[in-house]
Amino acid sequence: MNGRLRQTLAAAPAWAYVLLLYGFIFLPVAVLVLFSFQTSRVPIPPFNGPSLRWYEAVFADARMMDALGNSIIVAISSSLVAVVLGFLAAYALARHRLPFAGLLQGMLVAPLTVSYLIIGMGLLITFNQVGVPKSLLTIGIGHVVINLPLCFAIIFSQMGAQQAIVERAARDLGAREWQVMALVTVPMLWPALFASFFLAVTFSWDEFIIAFLLSRFDVTLPVEIWSMLRTGLNPKTNAVGSFVFLISIAIVLALDFVIFGRRQA
Amino acid sequence: MSAPAVEFREISMRFGDKLALDRIDLEIAEAAFVVLLGPSGSGKTTLLNILGGFLEPTSGRVLINGEDATRVPPAKRSTTTVFQDYALFPHMSVAANVGFGLKMRKVDRSERDQRVARALEMVGLADFGARRIHELSGGQRQRVALARALVVEPAVLLLDEPLGALDLKLRRQMQEELKLIQKRVGTTFVHVTHDQEEAMAIADTIVVLNDGAIEDIGEPERIYLRPASRFSARFMGENNLFEGTVKSAGGGRVEVETARGTLPAAGDAEPGTRVALSLRPEHLYTEAGDGLLEIGEVEVVEAGFFGTHHQCLATLPGHEEALRVRLDQKRIARAGDRLKLYVDPTDLVLLQR
Repeated sequence: MNGRLRQTLAAAPAWAYVLLLYGFIFLPVAVLVLFSFQTSRVPIPPFNGPSLRWYEAVFADARMMDALGNSIIVAISSSLVAVVLGFLAAYALARHRLPFAGLLQGMLVAPLTVSYLIIGMGLLITFNQVGVPKSLLTIGIGHVVINLPLCFAIIFSQMGAQQAIVERAARDLGAREWQVMALVTVPMLWPALFASFFLAVTFSWDEFIIAFLLSRFDVTLPVEIWSMLRTGLNPKTNAVGSFVFLISIAIVLALDFVIFGRRQA
Repeated sequence: MSAPAVEFREISMRFGDKLALDRIDLEIAEAAFVVLLGPSGSGKTTLLNILGGFLEPTSGRVLINGEDATRVPPAKRSTTTVFQDYALFPHMSVAANVGFGLKMRKVDRSERDQRVARALEMVGLADFGARRIHELSGGQRQRVALARALVVEPAVLLLDEPLGALDLKLRRQMQEELKLIQKRVGTTFVHVTHDQEEAMAIADTIVVLNDGAIEDIGEPERIYLRPASRFSARFMGENNLFEGTVKSAGGGRVEVETARGTLPAAGDAEPGTRVALSLRPEHLYTEAGDGLLEIGEVEVVEAGFFGTHHQCLATLPGHEEALRVRLDQKRIARAGDRLKLYVDPTDLVLLQR
């Protein structure tokens, strides 16, 4: 008995550390979500809910709904472009001998190390010089720039030697290059393509700096939330923040389900 | 006289500084079962890849059914391959795997289904069409790969160490089946392996490769009983080699001076040249008989039982190198035993290379 107790006591600091760590990560989110259900006009204790009035207010707000639509358009289209470009780059580097292959690969992944602020500023200056007006298109281009390295890295890591041999077998049986790609390479890479697409969507979904720098009249949801925050805190910001968080979680869960669901099959 | 199924003409292959194949000339007859045998790095897989179109030789030409195929890509060649780890399409059913080549050749659906069914039946997987690849055992995957490659009726079927991943018993069983299927379909098979027992069990013709060159070529019996070189003699099963110098020659016979005394053998060689005599362990006898020559008394160092026989390592006192001796199943030998050994001179093979 004594030994058990001592063991429990010895483990106590470890448990305290774990609680502290997770509290640090999740407490802000929990507070945000909790006060989105507040009834009164200020999101501070004491909690006097629950109420859905702030969610109603969010969904009744036309500007907010426009921003939501814009976010969805940008996230899906920029992620599709990033996945297609990432796949093509990975295919070229994994299946062909290219001059300076190491350098090309490094340059493709390099944007991962550059801050979004720098990328956003660079694009802003470039678009200004070239005379491209700020729009959803420019935000989309910005998101392709940040998501392409990620999509490339994920897809490239899955195009191993084993898959190359299977592609070779298809060629041996008479498949032309486009048939090899359409009937063998892409179906075998499906989990990686799916994973990189959904990760790109989550990154685009709550990206702020680039969207802020490269937008003018049409803005995405994070930019709209930011302009709302400037007029002061109220539970509506909590509600929309919780909504953004909920969508991100849903995408990650969907991804997890699809990838691990396939593994178990 | 029709053209051979495959002709290699002066094929050389260079990878950087390494010469993987050095001017290979080889003809493969139609409907033959040919095994390319050699240790890893001997060039056997390179030669197969050149035949399949996966590699372009540095120089030389490949002819398939008399037509130059050197630069024809794999998709357009009348060859198909059974790959080492099968390379099946994991996202397709068994039937879709087997039907893939026919689909690429635009064979219409009803004919395709019939031919797929026939191919699956031939490899003993008639009811497996709807299964997924990951539900199959290693041996079954092997059969699917074979059916997939054969269903398009290739001029030559290439097999790249297809049995390497199977356990011994299954491997022996698949060898018999491969041989039967080959006789039934009459397709030319070119099979690569490093397993000399497998080569002897299935081949009509064995091509022994070493260091990018053909070391020996012929029927299994000929290569085993009368190897053409020291390498071939050592690589094909167990062997004893007696190094020596030719003392006299004439009339198709030579006398060779070796560390075990002067031994006679059939053949012709210049007196004074360095040669070797090879002798299989099963050709060493422990009792005197008609025409047998005594070569001395040896001491058993090690003995093991292999079911059909005993195998011993024995040394002649005063000599370092051990002799491999095969003894009868019921003749038990222990380390330290002394044996008198005899040979039949007609079993000694003169090796000049």
